[in-house]
Amino acid sequence: MAYTLPALPYGYDALEPHFDEETMRIHHTKHHQTYITNLNNALKDNNELSTLDVQDLMTRFNDVPADKKPVVRNHGGGHANHSFFWKNLTPNNTALADGPLKSAIEKAFGSYEAFQQAFEKAATTVFGSGWAWLILKDGALKVVTTANQDSPLMGESVVGASAGYPIIGLDVWEHAYYLKYRNLRPDYIKAYWKVVNWEYATKRYKEGSS
Amino acid sequence: MSTTMLRNSTLLRSALRSAVPTTTRVAAFSSSAPIKAQATLPDLPYDYGALEPAISGQIMELHHSKHHQTYVTNYNAARTKMADALQSGDIATAIATQPAINFNGGGNINHTLFWENLAPKSQGGGEPPSGPLAKSIDDHYGSLEKLKEVFNTQLAGIQGSGWCWLVQDNETGALQVKTYANQDPVVGRWHPLLGVDAWEHAYYLQYENKKVEYFKNIWSVINWKTAEKRMK
Repeated sequence: MAYTLPALPYGYDALEPHFDEETMRIHHTKHHQTYITNLNNALKDNNELSTLDVQDLMTRFNDVPADKKPVVRNHGGGHANHSFFWKNLTPNNTALADGPLKSAIEKAFGSYEAFQQAFEKAATTVFGSGWAWLILKDGALKVVTTANQDSPLMGESVVGASAGYPIIGLDVWEHAYYLKYRNLRPDYIKAYWKVVNWEYATKRYKEGSS
Repeated sequence: MSTTMLRNSTLLRSALRSAVPTTTRVAAFSSSAPIKAQATLPDLPYDYGALEPAISGQIMELHHSKHHQTYVTNYNAARTKMADALQSGDIATAIATQPAINFNGGGNINHTLFWENLAPKSQGGGEPPSGPLAKSIDDHYGSLEKLKEVFNTQLAGIQGSGWCWLVQDNETGALQVKTYANQDPVVGRWHPLLGVDAWEHAYYLQYENKKVEYFKNIWSVINWKTAEKRMK
């Protein structure tokens, strides 16, 4: 049972002008597809793991055979992260509405603005390739980063203090923004607020809290 | 954007190069340099468009004037912060500043070495090595083509951002191909002979996700003469 590329919930141009069509197309059909191809190749003889939903595979990372761990870390992580990412974006962006997630953010960071600043700082200062996340851990929200394609779902033994349940996430690999934003990662990060899917984030928060 | 617009004046570049000997640039990284040495962006030994078609002028200009410049700027800021912290005995701040020194200082070193180990065809880019380096490559790898295979396989295997270097062991003189993550520089037991930047910014505007093509094409602008000079 092989993993397949999930369809985008919107058109490649739907996130313009914030995330450009060409990047969305290459990011989805080339980069994400490559992670899936390599993951399937690595797990082709392992039916028990390859039939898991990829997000569950991340939580079961320590059950991956040692010789397969590097590939599953990079390419399983890549598949999990990007599958989450497409749902975490929307062409119908709205401000975060009052509700349990907003209250939790205000409680953890003091204000929504302070949270935004913390997230922007984290995303800006990732050295090299990686992701910035808002995660839920032990009932509290925090902003963390992971390197390369590590997922917070992989657990403490892999990602240390970045372990937790992702609520929102931002890809800061250069391929995610270079065609439109070149070296100006901060501009890409600012644009993210115009496409982040707070409805999905709220759903994740409720799931993670239960 | 026309490549001619991106080219700096060749005359000005030659004048600058003759006024600033290579040893001055290298001194900024040596342990005998004064601790207050500020990093500066080194001039390229060729025009931005000179490495086409292997690497586009658009990439060269962004890579040099934006990415490398940012490493220089941020290294200088981190260096000042580190120097002040050490001076005042604020060990915690000094330690907290280490990643920024590693990343930005490493970025400065790596890119400075990189520009020097690239050259347009007219300046010897792509010409195979000769002398002791050529012999050492044959001894270690069998042939130059075999070395390129090993090198490119390791390049393709880099996860995330990083560099691949042909390095020489400081004790034994042996050659090795090693990859380094992010901007970690070649330090310690080995010294760098030639490197290839595998960060996405090094190729994305021209090659997009097709990095294997970039790794194949860059050999046509590798400056083996520089690698020969770096050999000990």
